[in-house]
Parts: sequence; structure tokens; C-alpha cells
Amino acid sequence: MSVRPNARPAGHKPPFWRDRAKRALIFQCLLIAAVIVFLFYIVGNVQDNLSSRGITTGFGFLNNTAGFGIVQSLIDYSSQSTYGRTFFVGLLNTLLVGGLGVIAATIIGFIVGIARLSPNWLIAKLAAAYIETFRNIPLLLQIFFWYFAVLRTLPSARDSLAFGEAFFLNVRGLYLPEPLFESGFGLIPVTFVIAIVASIALVIWAKRRQEATGKRIPAYWISFALIFGLPLLVMLVTGVPITWEMPELRGFNFRGGITVIPEFLALWFALSIYTASFIAEIVRSGIQAISHGQTEAAQALSLPRNLVLRLVVIPQALRVIIPPLTSQYLNLIKNSSLATAIGYPDLVSVFAGTTLNQTGQAIEVIAMTMAVYLTISLLVSMFMNWFNARVALVER
Amino acid sequence: MINKKHLVLLASAGAISLAGIATAQANTLEDTRARGAVQCGVSDGLPGFSAPDDSGNWQGLDVDVCRAVAAAVLGDADAVNYISLNAVERFTALQSGEVDVLSRNTTWTTTRDTTLGLNFTGVTFYDGIGFMVNKDLGISSADELDGAAICIQSGTTTELNVADYFRANGMEFDPIVFDTSEQTVGGFQAGRCDVLTSDTSQLAALRIQLDDPASAMILPDIISKEPLGPVVRQGDDEWFNIVKWSLFAMINGEEYGITSENVDEMLNSDNPDIARLLGQDGNYGEGMGLEADWAYNILSQVGNYGESFDRNVGMGSPLEIERGINALWTQGGIQYAPPIR
Repeated sequence: MSVRPNARPAGHKPPFWRDRAKRALIFQCLLIAAVIVFLFYIVGNVQDNLSSRGITTGFGFLNNTAGFGIVQSLIDYSSQSTYGRTFFVGLLNTLLVGGLGVIAATIIGFIVGIARLSPNWLIAKLAAAYIETFRNIPLLLQIFFWYFAVLRTLPSARDSLAFGEAFFLNVRGLYLPEPLFESGFGLIPVTFVIAIVASIALVIWAKRRQEATGKRIPAYWISFALIFGLPLLVMLVTGVPITWEMPELRGFNFRGGITVIPEFLALWFALSIYTASFIAEIVRSGIQAISHGQTEAAQALSLPRNLVLRLVVIPQALRVIIPPLTSQYLNLIKNSSLATAIGYPDLVSVFAGTTLNQTGQAIEVIAMTMAVYLTISLLVSMFMNWFNARVALVER
Repeated sequence: MINKKHLVLLASAGAISLAGIATAQANTLEDTRARGAVQCGVSDGLPGFSAPDDSGNWQGLDVDVCRAVAAAVLGDADAVNYISLNAVERFTALQSGEVDVLSRNTTWTTTRDTTLGLNFTGVTFYDGIGFMVNKDLGISSADELDGAAICIQSGTTTELNVADYFRANGMEFDPIVFDTSEQTVGGFQAGRCDVLTSDTSQLAALRIQLDDPASAMILPDIISKEPLGPVVRQGDDEWFNIVKWSLFAMINGEEYGITSENVDEMLNSDNPDIARLLGQDGNYGEGMGLEADWAYNILSQVGNYGESFDRNVGMGSPLEIERGINALWTQGGIQYAPPIR
């Protein structure tokens, strides 16, 4: 900073309202105070109004018995559980479809995005058609399509499509055998963790070795074999300590095993396919943003096409891809609240729907629901910013 | 800097304007007269209770309650603004003042009456939860439903009562919960669930919406008490009385044999009950801030309870619901209105 030309002689301090920094500070304090007073006022006003109208307030309702059933729950839940528990059931269902949706959308999006740039005319046009179709139809309609159109084509429980005697598909969902773990199973996750740690060490060692000597070993394939092979080996040695509970037709429906409800499948499909069309465009634009000189330079070193992509283009493209990708992830998670239209028991359907209506505590329930989406979105955003900082170009 | 000053100003201005809201305690009768229309919350389309007809006019038993209130307050049964609400929105809309009467096949329960700042004004229809199943299933009673997938509309007492019933009988079920009754029917038709459950009156209405109504049947079991009635906000007793007595006027009208056709002849009736109801002897509307002809307007423009029932849900309608317990107390039912006196 340079010295101010009109600097006053020492000892003659200007009055505080002439000092820019102090003035700014004072205004900021005033603003914060006003916002706090305003919030207090709003909260107080709401409480007064609610009590004058005889509407019960507070979070005490969370300990009351819910009394209604929920079709899919990742934690123990019965109609005797509390309203507080319905919150967690809904939250986990939202996270399940959101998390799996993000994974599927990313995979499909990257494949389609790269396919769109393929020199093969048919593949490129198919990818373009996919993107233009799914990007331009409203998501809610797509959810309805996957739900009702697909539901209607599936057979009833008694004429299920059977794949072997273990997998069944019908209008009620997909039925899979459920693994029941016997004693001695504890070893398998332990070996799994050991395999992962060993793989990481191997990859780091292989990289250093390559940098030092230029010799390469197929470290990724070895890790892959390690992570899947080692637990499998332990399982065989310990005599397969797993029994499978098979779904079987009893009365109306299949019982036992794992049930994947069609609401989940429809929502997951629709969210993944819809978001993937946007991700594909982001990936394409990211790759095209890398100047062609980079590719040509890599080819001049006679790198094969897949290595050109993996070592030169994609690491640079990621810098362009990740910020808009974050928005798509956030959109996907927020769009999962459309679940309520087809009866998938997500947070909005269970907690902000049924629980709200049974208790009438609209303000508390909606505030909690909004806080959850805000928290999830901020966490995803934080993680992606961290990831973005990691892949950002390190200038040397 | 200037922006921040503006923000501070805005904040204080906002605070002042909100202060106004806090002190204004509504007088619904005056507001309604000033507006010239009753704000009535109805369903999102339930034939017989509240649904628009071919020409877009709302029709139904619940709609007639709003028409009766409008006739009593404004002298014109058509002076009603209908606001379509789903089950989840309905109470918030009433609490926040978006509607002044909620007449939307709503079950009267303790929680709703005591903790939501709302009051139920009476019972327009005594209902109970029943089950509709596909005839193919070959089921004849509700205790054969163990393990069934059940389509339910979200935000209803049905969700709770079905869970209670299955637990009490040691049976399991999968609840498939949809937002609107239309989607519930969609799920049932697509075969997603074996059973569609709701109040039996609604089941009758939903059944005639099916592509093939003959393929479905309503089981004879009724598993709960569902008294349906109009709801108003707590804290405005005058309005509460108006809505309550509008329904009573319709029920009393049926009891005394006054219909929309003979109401003008009845004006000359010697029967003291009829003379009091139609305002020929004393003014019984005065205590509610209404004119003496309030009940006359209801009966001449909307008709009595029996007429409304028959026209909308009874034998004169596609639903063909029997009067059953909804008959007058004089005819073996439990519909009973206090006397006008």
C-alpha cells in the first residue's frame, strides 16, 4: 500500500465518522443488530399469533407415537415408533435415492458425454439424441412415465417374472435374496479393509517406482484383484458363513428377502437419467474446453487414445467440469423431493407430508425439513469445493 | 454503504408492517360481507362431496354447506369462492385465513379440534373406513388382507386407522402413500396395491372413476368412525355459530318437511317450529348478526339436508349411498339438530 497523499500529521486523529474503516464497521454492526432484532421479532410474532389462535407449538410432538406405517425403512420402524423416528426414516430414504442417484448419474453422464465426442457417427448421434430427449422433458413427467408406464407392463405377484428361483420381478417390485451372516463372517469385512489399505499402498509405491525408474506395473488391476479376491478367498476358506433368505410367494405377495419397491426404482431411474443428460453436456463442454494442441502434443508422444484421455485431457477437463457438476448434484438431491408424487417415502413425503398433517405442527416440520436440505446441499457443496481445489491446476 | 443503509431501513419497515398483522384479529362475518363472498376450502375433486361438474360449477354435499353459509350471510348461495385443497394443505389454509370455512370431508378428531386452533361445527356425514379390492382377488372380508399392499392418501386419518386395525389384528401391510386421491386411484389401477382404502363414501366416489368400476368391490367391513364435518378457525365465535347453525337449519328443514320447492308455502305454516325457522316468528338470526330470513335463504336456495344428500351422494346420484346412519333421528339414523328456539 502506498502512503496516503493527504495523511495528517500524527496526533491529529480524524473523528471516527470520517474514518472509512471505522464507519464501515459501525454500519455492519448496526446491520447485524437490525437483522437480529428483526429475527427475534418475527419469531416472537409467530409465537404470539400461534398461541392466540390456540395452535400448539414446540418440538414436543417428536416424542409422540406416529401411528402410521411406512413402506420402506432402512432403520427399524413400526407404527408404534415416534414422529422423531419418521424424520430419520424419511431422511435416510432421501439420502439413499440421492446418493445412488448421484453415482448412477455420474457414471451415465460421463459415458454419454464422452460418447458424444466419439468419432463413430452412430455412437455420437445416439448420445446426442439421448441428451436432447431427456434434458428437454420435465422431470416430473419422466418420473410418472417410469412409474406408471413401467408398472403397467409388469406382471402381478402371482405371475412374477422369475430369474432362477432367487430373483423375482413383478408390479410390487424387485425381490432379491437377503444374505444372513453367520458367526465367523466378521473376518470378511476385516480382510476387505486390509485389502483396500494394501491396494492404496501398492498404487503409491507403483507411482513412485514409475517416477524413479520409468517401469510400470498394472497396479490398478492388482488392487482390483486384491480387493475382491482376498475377501472371496477368506470366505471360501471359512466355509461360506452366509445363508441366503429366498423370497417366496405367500398369500398376496412375496415375503422374505430384500424388496426393492417400484417407487424407488422409478425415482432412481428418472433422477439418474434426467441429471445424466446435463452431466453429459458438462463433460462434453469440459473436454472441448481443452485446447486441441494438448491432444496433438500427447499424440505426438505416441500415447494411445485412452491414455491421451486419461492422462492429459480428463485431468485438465475436470477443472472445468467440477463446479457445474456440483450444481447438478445439488439439483438431483433437491429434485428427489418429487418422490411424494409417486408415493416414495422420502423426507418430504413422510415427514413434511404425513407427520405434518397428523400433528399440524407446520412451522416446526417445514423448518426442520428445510434445514435438512440446506445442510445436505452445503455438505455436498463443501466436499465438491475441496475436490475441486485438489484437481485444480497446480501452476509451477 | 448506501445499500446497507437501505437494508436497515427495509428491515425496520418490514418490522412495522408485520406489527400490523399481529394486532389485526379478524371478524370473519364483516370481512365476508365486505368481500361479498364466502372463502370456502373444498377437496381436490371428490365426486358427491366437492367436485366441479361439466360446466365448471362446484357440486356436492360439502359444497352445499358453503352455499348454505353464503345464503345465510349474503342472501346469495352462489357468492362463494371455492379453493381446492389437498389433504396436506387444508388445515394450514384455514389457519392462515386463506379460507374461512373448510368443508372438505374432514374427520373430526381430538387432535384436530384441540391443537390446531380449529373448531369443528358439526357432522355432515357419518362415515367409516372401508376397503376396495379387485374382484379377481376373491376376498370377501378385511381379515383376509394380511400382507396386502394398500394405497392410501397422504395426510388422512386413514393412514392412522389402517395401521391401528392391522396391528390390532396381528396382520402386516405395505402402505403406499400418494398425494392426491387421483394418484391413489392410479396406483390401484396399475396394480401397485391390492387394496384401496379410504372413507367408504369416498370409495364409492373413487370406484365410479375407475376405468372398469365393475372389476372392483367394496368390502363390507367398516373399521373406524369417521364423522366428517365443516371446520372453522378458533377465536371467532360468531362465525363458528353461523356455520354450525347453517347446517342445523338444513337438518331441521328436512325434519319439518321444508324443501326448496315448498318453502314459500311453508312461510304461512301454522307450525310454530317452522315459523321460527323461517323467521316468521321472532328473529333467530339476530344473535349471529344475520337477518331473520337467514334460514329461508338456505332452504330456498340450497334445500334441506335430505335434498342435498339425495342429489349429491344418495340414490339420486351416481354414488347411490344409502342414508343408513345419516338418516334423521326420526327415521332410525343419528342426524339430529338442536331446535330453533
